[in-house]
Amino acid sequence: MELELKNLYDDFRNANTIKAYAKIIREDALKLPHPINIMEVCGGHTHTIMKYGILQLLPENIKFVHGPGCPVCIMPKERIDHAYVLAMQRDVILVTLGDMIKVPGSNGSLQDARSRGADVRFVYSPLDCLKIAHENPQKKVIFFAIGFETTTPMTAALLDTVAKQNKVNGEAREGALGYIKNIFFHINHVTVPEAMAALISDKECNIDAFLGPAHVSVISGSKIYEEFPQDFNKPVVVSGFEPVDVMQSISMLVKQFAEGRCALEVEYKRAVTRDGNLKAQALIEKYFEKAQNFRWRGLGDIPQSGLKLRAEFDGYNAEVIYKNILPHEPIDDHKLCICGDILKGKANPPECKIFGTACKPTSPIGSCMVSSEGACAAYYKYGNLL
Amino acid sequence: MTKTITLACGNGGEENNELISHVFYKAFKNEILEKSEDAAIIHGGELAFSTDSFTVSPLFFAGADIGKLAVCGTCNDLAMMGAKPKYLTCSVIIEEGFELSQLERIVESMRKELEINGAIVVSGDTKVVPRGSVDKIFINTTGIGEVLQKGISSNNITEEDVILVNRDIGCHGATIFAAREGIEMSSSLQSDCTSLFPHVKALLDAKIKITAMRDATRGGVSAVLNEWAKQSNVCIEVEEEKIPISDEVNGICEMLGFEATALANEGTFVLAIKKEDADAACEILKAFNPHAEIIGIVTNRHVKKVILKSAWGTSRFLETPTGELLPRIC
Repeated sequence: MELELKNLYDDFRNANTIKAYAKIIREDALKLPHPINIMEVCGGHTHTIMKYGILQLLPENIKFVHGPGCPVCIMPKERIDHAYVLAMQRDVILVTLGDMIKVPGSNGSLQDARSRGADVRFVYSPLDCLKIAHENPQKKVIFFAIGFETTTPMTAALLDTVAKQNKVNGEAREGALGYIKNIFFHINHVTVPEAMAALISDKECNIDAFLGPAHVSVISGSKIYEEFPQDFNKPVVVSGFEPVDVMQSISMLVKQFAEGRCALEVEYKRAVTRDGNLKAQALIEKYFEKAQNFRWRGLGDIPQSGLKLRAEFDGYNAEVIYKNILPHEPIDDHKLCICGDILKGKANPPECKIFGTACKPTSPIGSCMVSSEGACAAYYKYGNLL
Repeated sequence: MTKTITLACGNGGEENNELISHVFYKAFKNEILEKSEDAAIIHGGELAFSTDSFTVSPLFFAGADIGKLAVCGTCNDLAMMGAKPKYLTCSVIIEEGFELSQLERIVESMRKELEINGAIVVSGDTKVVPRGSVDKIFINTTGIGEVLQKGISSNNITEEDVILVNRDIGCHGATIFAAREGIEMSSSLQSDCTSLFPHVKALLDAKIKITAMRDATRGGVSAVLNEWAKQSNVCIEVEEEKIPISDEVNGICEMLGFEATALANEGTFVLAIKKEDADAACEILKAFNPHAEIIGIVTNRHVKKVILKSAWGTSRFLETPTGELLPRIC
């Protein structure tokens, strides 16, 4: 049989399978020693949970806390201002991924920048920058890189292509035929485990277990979560993104609690291994190192949670090249916004005073309303029709 | 609202509605305009009147081209009010350097489509602008139709109606996006661009009690349903499984992160039909496309909202699309 795209998702949206898991979860939940709060770290899971109405299938003693795993939502305002400033340079084409163009900074969003004359483009693959740079030799193409472990290898692959093209036998060949002189990078890649650890270290934080994003583990392996059951006594199930995946993962977590276990388990066995994609990891290691600090919108500074280009690639680093025009002052979140509390599991979106009134997907104030993967945006879009 | 016009303001969704009501409705306010129908009903209910501009890129795509689109778009708006398209105007703005053979190809498509509708172009205008002022060619058409059945309106939907679509949804939007992204599909995916007057005529000839019809162009089926829920002050409950979506469209949605209900169509329309006539209407529509389907009911559960129900017993709101969807799809 020829494999078609639908084979990849059809069975994982099967109504009977979903109903069967709902029944198992409800039965096992009767044996729970206490109510449990599960954090889905990733915005993709938030989207699945809301889109498929999964909360409506769960008993009262299982609750969800919507985590900080949306790369657009966690971007602090000052970094969005970086993108805006770079985009407004007359000889720059700013390239980024999807929802990033909607996020408002101090002067507006990239969408606004574009309506004011900036050349902003969004791509599905960073490698599209090669074509854009080739077609616009007089312009500087800056790739504003965002995302977790899942998108970092794509950025690394772009840099790898450019760097290899620009060096022959280890020698820089500036000016030679095929030399790519007009691709630069603004790196905003962040990592999941550091953010999870920061969340549970906060004493007010109310999380009993985690759904780990499978796509991250396809790259980094399931091993990145081993510390959570071991050191923090929090079970983790690495889960896929279809509704059957999420239901099965919830069921696996509930069984752990009902049986008094605390372990790291993988639901998404069809692509996740303990060690992950070593080739991708090597590529990331070659070009990136840990930044001392990354400031997360809503959560604040988290040490070692971001990546930056290694110093030897400063020539490609837009943050270095444009350091004189980029703003550096951190900008605080809006006073009425409770995104920080939502991300820590202390509040739900509808509890926010400006939810759905001053803060909407068309005019977001807080980070969680920005992308369709943000908790507030998902609540706003799909409602909570219990 | 932001102070400059962004592409999102033309998405057929929420930002688009905001722009229209804040700028145009405010300035042009009158009773006919405020009915927000696909076409204005004028002259004592005898005539339907509508206009539309076409800026699609690429100009030629699987299933249609900008010329066919320009005639279908306006004629379909008239047909949705139960009117027979009669007279059209045609204005074109052409970029300097545009190839004459392409223009002829476009105009030939228009001629063919006018024939299907039994309509004629009775007035026109041609402007040529310097290179870079427009992207190749923009076309505006305005049309007048003769109302065959009075009283069809998006403001009159009640719990006595059920909701239908005439075919599988999202093909136009998916085709255009696949063409733009250079996605090679080994499939037969093509735009649904079609004149809908023949469908409407068949329904009217069979004396089907039609409450409302709307072609699901920009903003897709979800925009139509939301507009109806608001205009008629009802709740529309749709069964997700019943919405016909082809594997090709689902595939594009999976790859690019869209929802088929938000994708544009150019030959897909939503109908509100009196319950007792729904099955008969569905049979008539199936003669045009086997995927015609009854997809939902009208209730008062959450007035002004659209609810999407899953096969496993959960439900959620289906919202009007927001943000920048597919720029220049029509």
